[in-house]
Amino acid sequence: MSPLMLSFQNVTFGYRRAQPILQAVNFELHPGRIMAILGSNGVGKTTLLYLALGWLSAWDGEICLDGHTLRSYSRQERGRWLALVPQSEHTPFDYTVLDYVLMGRAPYLPPLGMPTPADYAAAMQALEQVGLAAMAEHPVPQLSSGERQLMLLARSIAQSPRLFLLDEPTAHLDLRNKSRLIQIMRGLRTQGVTLLMTNHEPEVVLAVADDVLLLEPGGVAQFGPLEQVFTAEALSRVYDLPIRLVDVDGHRQVLWT
Amino acid sequence: MSTSGALPAVYARNHRSQRHLLVLAVVLLVMAGFSLLVGRYPTPGLLSWNRLTSDELAWRLVVNLRLPRLLTAILLGMTLSAAGTVFQLLFSNPLVEPGFLGVSQGAAFGAALSIVFLGGSAIVTQSAAAFFALAGLGFSYLLAHRLRYGGWVLRLVLAGIAVSALFSAGLGLLKYLADPLRQLPEITFWLLGGLASLTWEQLLTVLPVVLSGLLVIFLYRWRLNLLALSEETAFSLGAAPGRERWMLIFFAVLPTAVLIAITGIVGWVGLIIPHIARRLFGAEARFSLPSAMLLGGLFTLLCDDLARTLLAGEIPLGILTSLFGALIFLALMMFQKAKTQS
Repeated sequence: MSPLMLSFQNVTFGYRRAQPILQAVNFELHPGRIMAILGSNGVGKTTLLYLALGWLSAWDGEICLDGHTLRSYSRQERGRWLALVPQSEHTPFDYTVLDYVLMGRAPYLPPLGMPTPADYAAAMQALEQVGLAAMAEHPVPQLSSGERQLMLLARSIAQSPRLFLLDEPTAHLDLRNKSRLIQIMRGLRTQGVTLLMTNHEPEVVLAVADDVLLLEPGGVAQFGPLEQVFTAEALSRVYDLPIRLVDVDGHRQVLWT
Repeated sequence: MSTSGALPAVYARNHRSQRHLLVLAVVLLVMAGFSLLVGRYPTPGLLSWNRLTSDELAWRLVVNLRLPRLLTAILLGMTLSAAGTVFQLLFSNPLVEPGFLGVSQGAAFGAALSIVFLGGSAIVTQSAAAFFALAGLGFSYLLAHRLRYGGWVLRLVLAGIAVSALFSAGLGLLKYLADPLRQLPEITFWLLGGLASLTWEQLLTVLPVVLSGLLVIFLYRWRLNLLALSEETAFSLGAAPGRERWMLIFFAVLPTAVLIAITGIVGWVGLIIPHIARRLFGAEARFSLPSAMLLGGLFTLLCDDLARTLLAGEIPLGILTSLFGALIFLALMMFQKAKTQS
């Protein structure tokens, strides 16, 4: 069996001394699967993504990528394995969309290197994949928030990582773009890529996730395959809200009041 | 491959930018040659080639006075603009300039200290200005590390403001203590900036530092784009944002500090030229950085030409760069394209 793409073993982390926000977190993510992290605001979902990225260092426990401890990867290697899609990004300068996406090629260039035609082609292909090819020469500040979100995804696709870390990737998207994003994520999974995302939208999680990690204050409430974990009882507990799951035309839907 | 459709246009844009950079470099060289012949000797205007080759005094004037001054003007403009581009990118803030981390005020304080208490000889004033400019950066760095408020950018900006204010208070005190007839005018002239008495020796002393700083920044030009992103994103792309940012700040401030030590404070170049460069060449630092360097060299060279020829006496360079810088800035703001989002 192929090694795990990502594993957390008893990972504990906090921003303030003696105040851990994640305690003894354990989970395993197999290659080619999509995992969703759910939990209320401020529970540590983005923190968990940053730990997986190596940007934050765990107080205790071990994080492994492809069977090796995350610390054993060089910066450049890590950039080729992992890509971050942040929730939003501030850009005060008029970069063109293509120039912005091209930065995803950085882990493949030497420190003082310049992008080659192959890098341009990869960036352009990534833009095509998210449906922004026609906007390649547009200035970034002119994009709508949804288009920006897709551009950030395109940059990470240009990075061609083995594991995507997506922070609420559907937060700014309208229905059409949400559906497009779901298709893109499914397409990436077909290529054998692994995705770890935080998300607040149950319909997106139901549409793409294979595994679900439910976080509650202090640590993991539940972790496992979607069918086992994504239950009305578990969701009601995590969000402290009465939640029902109903079937509509064969699709599960989340109802809450 | 279907993706190739839009790429030729992008390559054409890049080639066009490269061609324009070449044109700018040629314009700078031509203007430098022209500036060598412009001046007030023997009469205000252009020195003829015949006169230059036949008149030994004219030759000595051009080689010993005008040439080092002109080269310093170009290097000063290039350095301030390159450092300004680096600062604006690293701080994701188009309104910062290379002196804001306590560097300009530190240099001013050092120069005034030398003039009031250390005799004010050229070499002591320059050394004190360079020392306190770098001390300004050092203080800002240490203070930013100790501040417990906000992120990297905000802490450093606050530290820079605080250190600049402290040096500014010190400068005020020194001006108050200075002999109003002898020392105060000297401080004032130093603060206005100028290249009037610049020598080959001064230029050659700072040249290695300036060239190595410019070279490092130039080689880093594409990677600068990464460091303009948020820290975690830059990190996810394989960069070491903390270390690389400090290295670039150091290589931007070092040549700035040694140059303003011999020229005095020359304002607005580091703020305005990067804006113009981005307007003409786009935000991508691969083109905006070299274009800022060339435009900065050209701008300071032309301002210095005016400084030494417009009136019988010398006009301090800092006055002209501020005047033309402010006019260009206003023009840019008035003709700025409306943005859909900021």
